[in-house]
Amino acid sequence: MVFEYAPAPESRDVVDIRASYGLFIGGEFTDGHGDPFKSINPADETVLAEIATANAADVDRAVKAARTAFDKVWGPMPGRERAKYLYRIARILQERARELAVLESIDNGKPIRESRDVDVPLAAAHFFYHAGWADKLGHAGFGADPRPIGVAGQVIPWNFPLLMLAWKIAPALACGNTVVLKPAETTPLTALLFADICRQADLPPGVVNIVTGAGDTGRLLVEHEGVGKVAFTGSTEVGRLIARSAAGTGKKLTLELGGKAANIVYDDAPLDQAVEGIVNGIFFNQGHVCCAGSRLLVQETIADELLDRLKARMATLRIGDPLDKNTDVGAINSAEQLERIRALAAVGEQEGAERWSPPCELPERGFWFAPTVFTGVSQSHRVVQEEIFGPVLSALTFRTPDEAVAKANNTPYGLSAGIWTEKGSRMLWTAERLRAGVVWANTFNKFDPASPFGGYKESGFGREGGRHGLEAYLDV
Amino acid sequence: MSDRLAVRKTYKLFIGGAFPRSESGRSYVVTDAKGRFVANASHASRKDARDAVTAARKAFGGWSGRTAYNRGQILYRVAEVLEGRAAQFVDELRQTGVTKPQAVAQVDAAIDRWVWYAGWADKLAAVAGSANPVSGPFFNFSTPEPTGVVAVVAPDSPLLGLVSVVAPAIVSGNTAVVVASEPAPLPAVTLAEVLATSDLPGGVVNILTGRRAELAPWLASHMDVNALDLAGVGADAVAALEEAAAGNLKRVVRPGDIDWADEPGTARMTAFLETKTVWHPVGV
Repeated sequence: MVFEYAPAPESRDVVDIRASYGLFIGGEFTDGHGDPFKSINPADETVLAEIATANAADVDRAVKAARTAFDKVWGPMPGRERAKYLYRIARILQERARELAVLESIDNGKPIRESRDVDVPLAAAHFFYHAGWADKLGHAGFGADPRPIGVAGQVIPWNFPLLMLAWKIAPALACGNTVVLKPAETTPLTALLFADICRQADLPPGVVNIVTGAGDTGRLLVEHEGVGKVAFTGSTEVGRLIARSAAGTGKKLTLELGGKAANIVYDDAPLDQAVEGIVNGIFFNQGHVCCAGSRLLVQETIADELLDRLKARMATLRIGDPLDKNTDVGAINSAEQLERIRALAAVGEQEGAERWSPPCELPERGFWFAPTVFTGVSQSHRVVQEEIFGPVLSALTFRTPDEAVAKANNTPYGLSAGIWTEKGSRMLWTAERLRAGVVWANTFNKFDPASPFGGYKESGFGREGGRHGLEAYLDV
Repeated sequence: MSDRLAVRKTYKLFIGGAFPRSESGRSYVVTDAKGRFVANASHASRKDARDAVTAARKAFGGWSGRTAYNRGQILYRVAEVLEGRAAQFVDELRQTGVTKPQAVAQVDAAIDRWVWYAGWADKLAAVAGSANPVSGPFFNFSTPEPTGVVAVVAPDSPLLGLVSVVAPAIVSGNTAVVVASEPAPLPAVTLAEVLATSDLPGGVVNILTGRRAELAPWLASHMDVNALDLAGVGADAVAALEEAAAGNLKRVVRPGDIDWADEPGTARMTAFLETKTVWHPVGV
């Protein structure tokens, strides 16, 4: 007898989405003067709200508001007072956790299980963690009295909208900077709700400004001469453009860019745990994760058995309504991203790889892509080389630890990697040789505000989180 | 005065532990402060720069894989050999127009600077790394690692400035391609002779003499260079080099108004470090 899951949808009643949103500048919602755009629910393609676009004058207004707040209020404020504002924000994020989680899942398409258990608690934790740094910066190893930079221009992606906001705003504010943040155009709603949280916290006007829009707005922000610090999370391609535009300006720059992480499974690994780690590594958040374990490297002797178990596990993944608490894999964030995933997967087939997905019914409306694994691939296949940013895994094999390391490092990226082995010395040997900023051993996709995150090579530079992350927002 | 004719030194490049001439066959005249001929220095080409990067990349695995203690010992050995060559450096510095006491002071400072950096090798990880208290049953630690091949455009302070940019790049395990001071390259070549006889593996430091404006753009755009120190670059050339460096997202240290005699701090070392964070579950 087969027990079916009953639907377990989270109620939408807890969120109140307005018909239209303006720009949050100087503590007020104001009109934008570019062409407004619509944010849609990727699970059913319904329009959620109309969002203002900030043009050059709007971005200028936001940067000036941030500068004024920096000069008059936030810069001179003692660290212990800044700390209390950040603690307040952390508490309000916890108080409004359900509302934020539901809104995030509606706007982004990610399963409520993830927004509820990962995104929102971690966002609150980031504010709580950094609050405590605000009055202890002299102990962080950057001199006795490290100074803030000024106005930070921050551009964040659509895969973890609220969490990336927290990664950017919490350290910036703790170090004494003010910010102008641009959320991604497909996922602006939790950032706009965060504006309301700033107001509830009585955060001084202008300390946090949110400008919405597409790439042009982001470019106007990072190129604005009033911005002293640029922080960007997104694609390597755009990261390069930003690095070029910042050349010669003296702006401080941190970039958290793409990845193509190897997840190495040795022959002594606990296979069931490794399978869970592989699934978590690539199907968490529909694979819209820069540090996703998108290249499985499995030792040849156990490859068949591991892939059998992996496919059996993939067949149990539940794809569908992001608001259903039983859902494992939600909607692809946008039609554009779905098209990119489809195109690259098609290339995989054209190049001779063997494509497999579990039998699963995808909803008719919305943007969906079944969890997919490619086998019979080599290092030169595009699905192995390029960041797909979707639920697509490529499985390769290796014979010796040296080969595993060589293959893992054979990419311009260097953001993350995984290792599965029961042997401690082998784990440490491998971790030492992987050219990646985060190495998960016998686990994957773990994040914490106390743990520095960021890449080697073309995955960008600078770290976010931990003591190391403070450097990005201090004039050192 | 002796009738003996002095045996002059041929100043060559230092690539992969060897002293080749420029593959281009070019040289340029180095003069003293009064404009008198001192020597013909090699005028390195783009090809020499690329060869130097290849040598540096080849040396990276071995050098970064040494224990920190071993790197510290080798760097200290460099200081020992520098000390023995002090008189030669004093002579070369005097040719650039400084008085003998000034030259002696600079050589002493350069040797002491090298000793200072040598001692950092086995302390950086303790100062720049951390055990991180994550909220879950995980052991989580961050360690600094060298970023890879660092291209260094050395400042015009021909010895103290030079060692102040080379030592911090290599002490952590990076390898370096160094463009020496253009008007005063000779101490750099003599430093290369010191490095070649100090147990420093070939290719860890590679030294090019020639035109900065010609060499720096190739290094800035080279896809197998991980980081760029622009210490000796004029303000007008920074933007273009930074832009070229964006091609593979190099870590860039911009030129600053630096007195090389000042206590350096750790920033030049940490600029060429990556932070690696490793997670492992805790359980039985």
